[in-house]
Amino acid sequence: MILIDCPHCGPRNEDEFTYGGQAHVPYPANPDELTDAEWAGFLFYRDNPLGEFAERWMHGLGCRRWFNAVRDTYSYKIITTYPMGWAAPQTQPQTQPDTKEVSA
Amino acid sequence: MASTLLEDNIQVPASSGPTERRHSPVEHLHEAFRAAEVTGSRAVRLREIPYVTMIGLRVDPASAAASALSEVLGAPLPAVCGQTTHGAGHTVLWQGPDEFLVITDDAASPLVDQLTERLGDAPGSVVDLSANRTTLELSGPSARAVLEKSCAVDLHPRAFTPGTAVSTAVGAVPVVLWQTDDAPTYRLLPRSSFADHLGRWLMDGMAEFAAEPLPAHSQSGSDPGWH
Ligand SMILES: [Zn+2]
Repeated sequence: MILIDCPHCGPRNEDEFTYGGQAHVPYPANPDELTDAEWAGFLFYRDNPLGEFAERWMHGLGCRRWFNAVRDTYSYKIITTYPMGWAAPQTQPQTQPDTKEVSA
Repeated sequence: MASTLLEDNIQVPASSGPTERRHSPVEHLHEAFRAAEVTGSRAVRLREIPYVTMIGLRVDPASAAASALSEVLGAPLPAVCGQTTHGAGHTVLWQGPDEFLVITDDAASPLVDQLTERLGDAPGSVVDLSANRTTLELSGPSARAVLEKSCAVDLHPRAFTPGTAVSTAVGAVPVVLWQTDDAPTYRLLPRSSFADHLGRWLMDGMAEFAAEPLPAHSQSGSDPGWH
């Protein structure tokens, strides 16, 4: 069981949350001006880093609010959570998988 | 005409109105709930408290409108997750940063109208949600152990006390879980269409406590309840 620290409710079981993909993807200022390729890029293309990744989560079985989290995609460790509207924190890509971290 | 046929065939008591003709979501299980009651030192009982008035509020808690609604309720709006506040006959549960649930002994009318009037043109809503959920009450020394089988929230008294209410899940059913005393007594508020499943789920969880507890493991001391 993974505990996720909802900014509103505190630590809760992972089962209460749903995943919402990469955070801080801005909606295009003027979608009409985009080429099809640019529009497809906004709709479908997301980063897939090894290491820390800022992503959206929703506490559907609790306060029903969206928030953001930084999760390490290698260890699944959730490093921090913060409310919608906060600036994106600095994230560290992981270049060398750390096997110790997973077995810990 | 179809409408005439209906009127001719349905037996309607003289005093009938919407209140007399309603059915609660688990009234067909009331007898089973009574039969499932466990007595003795590991007691636990389950019952439905039907037709409780519930009113949903959406309002910015820092706004003047929130203060106006608090005045009507005679209670401040709860400030953090888990907290409940109490006015005359009303309990207010925290549901989200700008969302609250009023559970009251009063009828929805005229309270909903009074709250709506005080909200005025401010952003927010006041909605009678009484038919959305029913109330199952699980009570007795084994009640926490029954819930802990399928609820991941920390229900230990150091973390969860009378007057605490959270939205979470019991089994697969989303519920508002509210502890009302240290018997302990819990009120579970499932949406009406989930209530049958949750009632049967809880009865299944209660059944083991009717049996004698297993003797304590020789290395765990004399108290079998340590875990
Ligand atoms: Zn939450």
